[in-house]
Amino acid sequence: MAETVLRIENVNKSFGGLLALNDINLEIERGKVHAIIGPNGAGKSTLLNVCVGLLAPDTGEVTFNGGEKIIGKKPHQINQIGLTRVFQTPEIFPDLSLLENVMLPALSKRDGSYKMSIFKSLSDEEEIENEAIGALETIGMLDRKDTIASSLSRGDKRRLELAMCLVQKPELLLLDEPTAGMARHDTNQTIELLKQIKEGGMTKIIIEHDMHVVFSVADKISVLARGAIIATGTPDEIKANPLVREAYLGGAEL
Amino acid sequence: MDAILIQLLNGLDKGAAYALIALGLTLVFGTLGVVNFAHGALFLIGAFCAVSFQKVVTISKKILDPNITYFDAYIEQPYLEIWMGDTGLAIIDYAVPLSLFFAVPIMLLVGLAMERGLIQFFYKRSHAEQILVTFGLAIVLQEIIRHFYGANPIPTPAPDIVSGSAQVGLWIGLGDTLVYPWWRIIYLISSVGIITAVFSFLNLTTFGMVVRAGMADRQMVGFLGINIQRKFTIIFALAAIVAGVAGAMYAPILPPDYHMGMDFLVISFVIVVVGGMGSLRGAVASGFLLGVLQSLAAMTAVSSILPGIEQIIIYLVAVIVLLTRPRGLMGRKGVMDE
Amino acid sequence: MLIFTAAVLSMPIWLDPIGANYPDLLQKFAIFGIFAIGYNILFGLTGYLSFGHAVFLGVGSYTAVWSFKLLTMNVIPAMFFSILMAGIIAAGIGYVSLRRSGIYFSILTLAFAQMFYNLAYSVLMPITNGETGLQLTMHDPRVIDVAFSREVPEGLPSTDFFGISMNGYSGFYFCAVMLILAFFIYLKIFRSPFGMKLKGIKSNQKRMKYIGSDTRPYLITAFVISGMFAGLAGSLMAVTDPLAGAERMQWTASGEVILMTILGGVGTVYGPLLGVGIIKYLENIFSSINESVLNNFFSFMPQWGESLLTSLTMPFVGEGWHLTLGLLFMLIVIFLPGGVMEGLQRIKDSIMNKKNIEESEATAKESSDG
Repeated sequence: MAETVLRIENVNKSFGGLLALNDINLEIERGKVHAIIGPNGAGKSTLLNVCVGLLAPDTGEVTFNGGEKIIGKKPHQINQIGLTRVFQTPEIFPDLSLLENVMLPALSKRDGSYKMSIFKSLSDEEEIENEAIGALETIGMLDRKDTIASSLSRGDKRRLELAMCLVQKPELLLLDEPTAGMARHDTNQTIELLKQIKEGGMTKIIIEHDMHVVFSVADKISVLARGAIIATGTPDEIKANPLVREAYLGGAEL
Repeated sequence: MDAILIQLLNGLDKGAAYALIALGLTLVFGTLGVVNFAHGALFLIGAFCAVSFQKVVTISKKILDPNITYFDAYIEQPYLEIWMGDTGLAIIDYAVPLSLFFAVPIMLLVGLAMERGLIQFFYKRSHAEQILVTFGLAIVLQEIIRHFYGANPIPTPAPDIVSGSAQVGLWIGLGDTLVYPWWRIIYLISSVGIITAVFSFLNLTTFGMVVRAGMADRQMVGFLGINIQRKFTIIFALAAIVAGVAGAMYAPILPPDYHMGMDFLVISFVIVVVGGMGSLRGAVASGFLLGVLQSLAAMTAVSSILPGIEQIIIYLVAVIVLLTRPRGLMGRKGVMDE
Repeated sequence: MLIFTAAVLSMPIWLDPIGANYPDLLQKFAIFGIFAIGYNILFGLTGYLSFGHAVFLGVGSYTAVWSFKLLTMNVIPAMFFSILMAGIIAAGIGYVSLRRSGIYFSILTLAFAQMFYNLAYSVLMPITNGETGLQLTMHDPRVIDVAFSREVPEGLPSTDFFGISMNGYSGFYFCAVMLILAFFIYLKIFRSPFGMKLKGIKSNQKRMKYIGSDTRPYLITAFVISGMFAGLAGSLMAVTDPLAGAERMQWTASGEVILMTILGGVGTVYGPLLGVGIIKYLENIFSSINESVLNNFFSFMPQWGESLLTSLTMPFVGEGWHLTLGLLFMLIVIFLPGGVMEGLQRIKDSIMNKKNIEESEATAKESSDG
């Protein structure tokens, strides 16, 4: 039995009268890419927001690394214990250069939530700079390291955000629809990137619409429908599961 | 008891001025999305419309004083009196109310010029830049006024007939110590009238409906294909007229000087924030509320316990409100949220 | 840094040709320079627009004058206490104001500035001496000076730095050294990881939180540092002229430092200093011009032209300097939001482009020739 990184227990969340999450129980294993799929409005984003502490559930608990409670922590505290997140709309530093964009998360990881390093010079931060250069190399943008980030294309911005998360070497990376709104070419590039970083053994949760993406990178898939998990298994098991076809794929062949 | 009532009344007319400025400020912010630091200057221009009108009607000719016969003494006699006799004198006496006929079209023009000439280019720029450019404009307008009218306050009296005080105390059976100047009563009533007019305009006309829809969701109104731009211009001009009239009528209460615009602007801004950015009712309510609070804090009974409180009460309230109710007293969700 | 030091110290020499080499003006350059670079640490790096920085200037001045009155005419304790005091008050105001951002932050700082300004004229009268302003008097205790039985000259003593009187050029050189020290710290902050994180907060505060930085203490630190710079500037004002008045705390004074920063270029290293130089120099010239100067200036024109031009320009000079300032402010925000530094950059870019085009044309020609 593999070690559990994130454990979601009996999580319920409702907005007004609408039950968005209905008694969710989920275990994310170390080193695995866990995809959460489901039709629109199934509660995928709500679940992710609960995982990073953005939303407090009505009941239930989310624990990290066998005991650390997520709920009630502030975003920066959750990041400091090793959880990083890629947003649906890219959250980068638009006025800064690509290199600075990737250096900041590396600095933040090293310095903790606050450090008054006023008299240190940036030019002495070779280690941080090297890490950042490495991350830029992974996404293939090293040649553009002095470009200002706001001038990037949407797809590039999302890959930059991914690099910003990777440079922190998080224990758990959450990706919210990493290919939403991308052109086919961009999507393929991102899939390649995801496959490439999968080899590093980082645990990931991916929320995704695009089945092509899910089946190419996921080790395990959970299917969410109307706020409840109706199936969890390997891609092959999910493909074969009649319940899933009924609820999500509408019975169509994959 | 009487003292409290007097302060309450004093606070009301000040509050009325605050409410009128804040109303326009929040109207402009809610519809155009522009933070206008030059709004106080509109109040200032209004006040100086009254001053100018009074100056014009009292342009005088030097004539020999008929009462002094042993040497040549001159007195000034206004041309209006020379030409029109008693009618002329009446016009001079009623300069402030009459100046409104002159102030309204001027404020309309100023409003249109300001929106078309400057504000419209700042719709899409950051709030910080809007603040800065209108701050610059406010300085420019205030310095122009100073250049032409000097730095001293200019007394601009109300008509003689209302220069006395009303025996408010006797009306409500509280003795004759409670008096309140007639002009302030008129000011208060007109302010309530203006506020009612603006609200009914927004609530009862189609134009007003579109504007309110625009305040709720600007993008949506744009999608509906309504030319919101022109309506915004009209709204800005309306806000300018309201501020101008408020200023012109305030002249007898507080002799206008060149920096009154800035003084009122800062307070009005605080009022808008306390009422809730984008909430018209909030602006009016907190205008009156803070006006009265400021007045009450000036009472000797209060200032002996908390010295200096009347100087800072408005700001203190603002700080507390902003920290405890980030959207202000009546602010709606989604307006200026961070 | 060396070049900067040399440039500041040699200001009396290279500013001679434009007639700006007298100590009064040079001191102003240095003092407002400190104020503006301090402001740039907050506004330029974090993007938080404060309308309350004049408070720290005023606090610095008052504290310094009190130090002269109670302790000693030596400037070192005065500066120390000023910076400390400004820092403490900045921490208080910052702690509260920084709970909100954007325009709400601006309004909160404005509200605090107005409170201090109004209180200076009422409750705080014993400390501020109201409208008269806080001044030195003949019977100030000056306990340290008395304890060391320093000679007391006839009349009011002047401020000094271990015996060097702070009048004339020595006053300027003292301010200049302070400017250089302040600039050194400022440059360090700009180029430190801390400074980069502040830029991150300006660019995207949400992302900053989600990469694990607690943004609030960063903002408070920046606010306090910039308040301390303002406090230092305020104390230097008292050093060069031991008098403190509340008008220094008016919110329009905060507006002035904003203008200087913007004129030069917000967030750029040298921009604020450039802004200070331009504004203080222009102020000096414009406010000294009067009608006869204008008449002289336009005397090459025929009589009617002379009087016309004079009356047209009169509103902008002398007392009307603020009008020019307001116009300048608007023009900069409208046309050059990045300030003079952006303007220089644009000019540089267009020259470079021209050069590149010429070069590429030249190479194209060569290749076609070959």
